[in-house]
Amino acid sequence: MNSLLVVKDVRLSFAGVVALDGVTFTADSGELFAIIGPNGAGKTSIFNCLNGVYHPQEGTISFDGRSLLGMKPNRIAALGIARTFQNIELFENLTVLDNILLGRHLHFTYGPLAAAVYQGRAKREEVFHRARAEDIIDFLEIQAFRKSLVGMLPYGVQKRVELGRALAMDPKILLLDEPAAGMNLEETEDIARFILDIKEELGIAMILVEHDMGLVMDIADRVMVLDFGRKIADGPPQVVQRDPEVIRAYLGEEFESSELHAAEVEAAEAAKGRGEAS
Amino acid sequence: MRGRPGLVTAYQRDSAMLPTTTQRVWFAVFCIAMVALTVFLPDDLAMRAASAAAAAVGAIGLNLVTGWAGQISLGHAFFLGVGAYTAAALGGEPGGPLIGLGLEMWIWLPAAGLVAALAGLIVAPIATRLRGLYLAFVTLGLVFIGEHIFREWDSLTGGIGVGRSAPKPIIFGYDLSREGSFFGITLSAEQQYYLFALAVLLVMGLLAKNMVRSRIGRAFSAIRDRDVAAEIMGIHLGRYKLIAFTVSSFYAGIAGGLIWTFVGFVEPRSFSLTLSIVYIAMILIGGAASIVGSIMGAVFITFLPRIVDLFAQYVPFIEDSPTGGFLTSAQMEQILFGLLIVVFLIVEPMGLHGIWIRVRNYWKAWPFSY
Repeated sequence: MNSLLVVKDVRLSFAGVVALDGVTFTADSGELFAIIGPNGAGKTSIFNCLNGVYHPQEGTISFDGRSLLGMKPNRIAALGIARTFQNIELFENLTVLDNILLGRHLHFTYGPLAAAVYQGRAKREEVFHRARAEDIIDFLEIQAFRKSLVGMLPYGVQKRVELGRALAMDPKILLLDEPAAGMNLEETEDIARFILDIKEELGIAMILVEHDMGLVMDIADRVMVLDFGRKIADGPPQVVQRDPEVIRAYLGEEFESSELHAAEVEAAEAAKGRGEAS
Repeated sequence: MRGRPGLVTAYQRDSAMLPTTTQRVWFAVFCIAMVALTVFLPDDLAMRAASAAAAAVGAIGLNLVTGWAGQISLGHAFFLGVGAYTAAALGGEPGGPLIGLGLEMWIWLPAAGLVAALAGLIVAPIATRLRGLYLAFVTLGLVFIGEHIFREWDSLTGGIGVGRSAPKPIIFGYDLSREGSFFGITLSAEQQYYLFALAVLLVMGLLAKNMVRSRIGRAFSAIRDRDVAAEIMGIHLGRYKLIAFTVSSFYAGIAGGLIWTFVGFVEPRSFSLTLSIVYIAMILIGGAASIVGSIMGAVFITFLPRIVDLFAQYVPFIEDSPTGGFLTSAQMEQILFGLLIVVFLIVEPMGLHGIWIRVRNYWKAWPFSY
């Protein structure tokens, strides 16, 4: 089977600082693939390479059988790659509705002259895509904020609007950059629910970058661990969790095995607590 | 449920330009009042009102590129000039020393817009590669290049200090600059200018309003707020900046063609950096990213000299003669102009339109505070 996204030996450096050092991975259709790693491991750099914001010096990236290298971000978006950002990148002077409609930008076909006249096709398309935007607003339960400027909304809602804007693109794959960053337990659970719904109901493949280990281990199908731009593990969450290399990267070399055990017990208890809370 | 007042049951209605009946009625009343105003305006005020309406078209254009698309342009004066000279060349008297084709207004006015738009289209590919201050500098250069061309191209502009007369505003044989009578009401040239400019402003304003509520306007705002994110959402930055510049230049061309026709005379030195700054002031004072704001700003700035003159009669140290007193009214105007830009930037970045919204919201809930 051919994978939806194939990244091979990608190497990215900025003036001698190596951000990605020969990273190789694949993501399949319908799969929820997570990338974890300590700060500065190169997780967001991978996303920026996929989006065409950064251009890797070596390696290949192909999506749906096409090479993404050298392609402009807007062309890549048209191929079906959508993205949310670690630090919210919404258009803060637009309403929630306009942000989501902007996500549908590529599905509109009318030009500037039709826009100025705003009759016929332009009007029909606006109404049609408004209905699609409303579906997403319902899905994410943000009806109350439809006409609010996003700059005024609370952080958790902004995160959801950003997810909605990406969904509005009808992507084949969704890149989620720390969707639960800065959220409390309840908000994190909401996001987890939305992510699972996207996977089950919409069948969109996702790549998730996240620091919340509980969330990643609970929902991801497969996990890749990065450290200093290198891949150190790739596999199902249960396997990756026990990988000695991964434990070393997260906890350090000097860690005593007894303490290690204690940390594991603690993590298991936290996971149990999470299960009871939900 | 269907009959409940204010209940919207269709997306088309919800996204309409004037969604409620109240808004539509007041808009109609306002338009009729503006037209009816014509007969009460003395010639000098009618002239100013006509210029204000034409300037509003130009301000809307600048607001599209600067207020919506977020691209600071100091080059608006150049496009106004291109419009004014296209109009003068196409509408000017044939056979004289200066270029003149003697065409009618219904040809030269759209042509003024189109030629300016073409100029915008040519400049845009350079401009779209830059942003922020760098773009401001490049467009600043455009003004100086434009000024030089206008000064040196004698057969088009008549040269510095000489200038040329503006084209005659003739539409299908009807000359707006001659007194005319409609339904028994006699209208002076100035009053007819005002009505004509009002009609142009209405059409251009509606077109711009449509554009900004469409996918084009959304793309402009997205580029202004976060250009990298906009590109990742699939917006072709180059194309949309190009559209913004071209449309903006079209509006400037129309405004340029109109204003100098009303003035009756085009002088090459008019299209300097000062003019660009006047237009920036209009959208800053009126309100960035607002059509109504652009109009308010244009009206306010155009009437500012009148307001100052009015004050000059009552304030002792301001004289309206050019020589006497502590301050002349022209100096006072300059001071006020700069002061207003600063005050609005600091105190009310949303401009007059922002003030209007605040006042409206206050009275909506009156006598309660929320």
